[in-house]
Amino acid sequence: MPLQLFPFLIPITALALALVLFGGFVALAGANVLEVYHSIYRGAFGSWFSWQNTLTSAAPLMLTALCTALPARLGLIVIGGEGAVVLGGLAAALTGLALIDAGPWVALTGMALAAMLTGGLLIGLVGWLRYSRNVNETISSLLFNYIGIAILSFLVIGPLRDPATLNKPSTHHIADTHMLGALGESSIHWGFGYGLIACVILWVLYKRTTFGFAVDMVGGNVRAAKLSGLPVGRTIVLGCMMGGAAAGLAGMVEVAAVHGRANTSLNAGYGYEGILIAFAARHHPLAIIPMAILFGGIRAASGLMQRDHDLPDATSLVLQGIIFILILASEAVFARLASRRGRAA
Amino acid sequence: MSHSKHFKYSTARRKVLKGLAAVGLSTALGGLGMKNALAASKKVTMGFIYVGPRDDYGYNQAHFEGKSAISKQSWIKAIDQENVPENISVQRAMESMIRLDGAQIIFPTSFGYFDPHILRIAPRYPDVTFLHCGGLYDASKHPKNVGSYFGYIDEAVYVSGIAAGHMSKTGKLGYIAAIPIPQVLRNINNFTMAARSVNPDIIVQVVFTGGWSNPVKEAESANSLIDQGADVLTCHVDSPKVVVETAERRGIYSCGYHADQSKLAPKGFLTGAEWNWSKIYLEYATMISNGSKIPNLIRGGFKEGLVKSSPYGAAVSAEAKAHADKVRAQFVKGDFVVYKGPINDNTGKEVIPKGKEYSQTDIWLESMDWLVEGVVGSAKG
Repeated sequence: MPLQLFPFLIPITALALALVLFGGFVALAGANVLEVYHSIYRGAFGSWFSWQNTLTSAAPLMLTALCTALPARLGLIVIGGEGAVVLGGLAAALTGLALIDAGPWVALTGMALAAMLTGGLLIGLVGWLRYSRNVNETISSLLFNYIGIAILSFLVIGPLRDPATLNKPSTHHIADTHMLGALGESSIHWGFGYGLIACVILWVLYKRTTFGFAVDMVGGNVRAAKLSGLPVGRTIVLGCMMGGAAAGLAGMVEVAAVHGRANTSLNAGYGYEGILIAFAARHHPLAIIPMAILFGGIRAASGLMQRDHDLPDATSLVLQGIIFILILASEAVFARLASRRGRAA
Repeated sequence: MSHSKHFKYSTARRKVLKGLAAVGLSTALGGLGMKNALAASKKVTMGFIYVGPRDDYGYNQAHFEGKSAISKQSWIKAIDQENVPENISVQRAMESMIRLDGAQIIFPTSFGYFDPHILRIAPRYPDVTFLHCGGLYDASKHPKNVGSYFGYIDEAVYVSGIAAGHMSKTGKLGYIAAIPIPQVLRNINNFTMAARSVNPDIIVQVVFTGGWSNPVKEAESANSLIDQGADVLTCHVDSPKVVVETAERRGIYSCGYHADQSKLAPKGFLTGAEWNWSKIYLEYATMISNGSKIPNLIRGGFKEGLVKSSPYGAAVSAEAKAHADKVRAQFVKGDFVVYKGPINDNTGKEVIPKGKEYSQTDIWLESMDWLVEGVVGSAKG
């Protein structure tokens, strides 16, 4: 078997094994295993309606996964996607309100740029603190999540609150004509398109440019990168900024395609689920797409699992968890197989 | 987790429950029981959506209990989904219940589900009824197949306040609340006025946690209020579990909210304000099954049976019980007015002058942005 097939075969085997283990769990919970599998299929991929649910759930996850995947290529473990989503969404809403009289294209572009800049600055700061102050990036990005959420709640409950939003404090609504629509005739919003485009662009950037090469070198060995004269600090900050910009864009999509305003609903856990997807996709921008669709599908099927089989919502988290652990474990297996092959050759 | 398993009955137990429910139904609704038995061939499918877990000992559990009560009827198929956030997920959950399960009536039970989510999905399914908990239906703006229902739970909070006022020895009560919105402020004001009607020296200290489900902050706030001398705690957050348990552990009294928490605090639990959703859910199902018109706006308190008090805990004195029962009886009769002037806010400003009354249904009360005299804390949060 050619070695190149391993990166595909191993996750697929892990996935199959995860479904078997999950079946055991479901049986313990007292549900009919085959019927639960059928419900997952029906709820996630069984019809065009279900596919739309799955792809809509996958949309923000692709963007937030990039927030962990890009810094990971630099050797950093950043988990600040949630903060970047929340502040990106807030920046998008404020820009949308400032541009309320502008044309839709101007307003939407402005909102997207503001969100990307905000998310980018937040995660860029994480990278900068790591490089120049040696602050652990995992801890700082985690803490920035709490700061981001606190800033959002403070502003929407306080100074930026639309007084008409009595029981659900929110900012004012952006112009209705500035709302992001759906893709064609579907009910999937443009966030999915943004996610796809971002994954592809970043893949090209990382595979085909000298910047991507520099990132891989910094991620591989910082000292070697420094010795060969690469601008290590700039690469780290830029790489982090791109990840943050992707998560910020997810926040903009939430505002422009779903809520029309910023409120605490922006804090929905997309940032945290993105971490899982980035690791499951082994930080490969293109692999993020199928992983996000898979996890989005599990999210979309959660309802049917609850309604048809009386299983709690946590069941879908169990499935996600099993998949995540097995894919990570399979990486170790893959590494061992690869090294054995290497020795044999 | 134990709670989510409650609806898995053995066949024998299910039959017993069905029988019990049928008795309950015929007593509650008189002749309607017969009609429903006839309609058994046509099942009514009802979908419930909760923002948190079914077994949170609070807001979501109250709705889940309502759903569980009606799903014992053979002519109702009740389905539900928990932990659905207030974003596009709820739009998908509603559509999924309609398209994959054939739901005819949807109950998205969290306030934030309404705008923009229900308003976006409802027009696409004109044959489905969407009934939202907590919102204000406006016939001039909202689709015809949308409605809202809510209870004046502040009446039950007032009754809790009476019990708390009697039982407090330090004269300091603690209130842990999520965010300063009108509903929350109204509950705090009712609790405070009730307690001060027993003992005018009582003060109520308020802490806002900033979110509906923030267990760590809730525990911290509870401990800090107790450290400052509070000897009765109550709360307005999605799950009162942490507050009630903390009060019990520290050996002080607590009043519950949303659902029955008496089991969590066998020693110090006084009483609590609860929703009584099963009644209205059964009425809605009956309307659908008869094909009668569903009202777009339903509200009510003790009188209409939408709210109730938790059973008194062991510690409550006979005097406190008698007083609380008396006030509740007045609410049931519908002649108790809480917002009767003169009422000052806690900055000393007069908000309701002498001689002026705001009855329960007054819309002015729904935009409350002040805290009554006796509350320590700011209405700004």
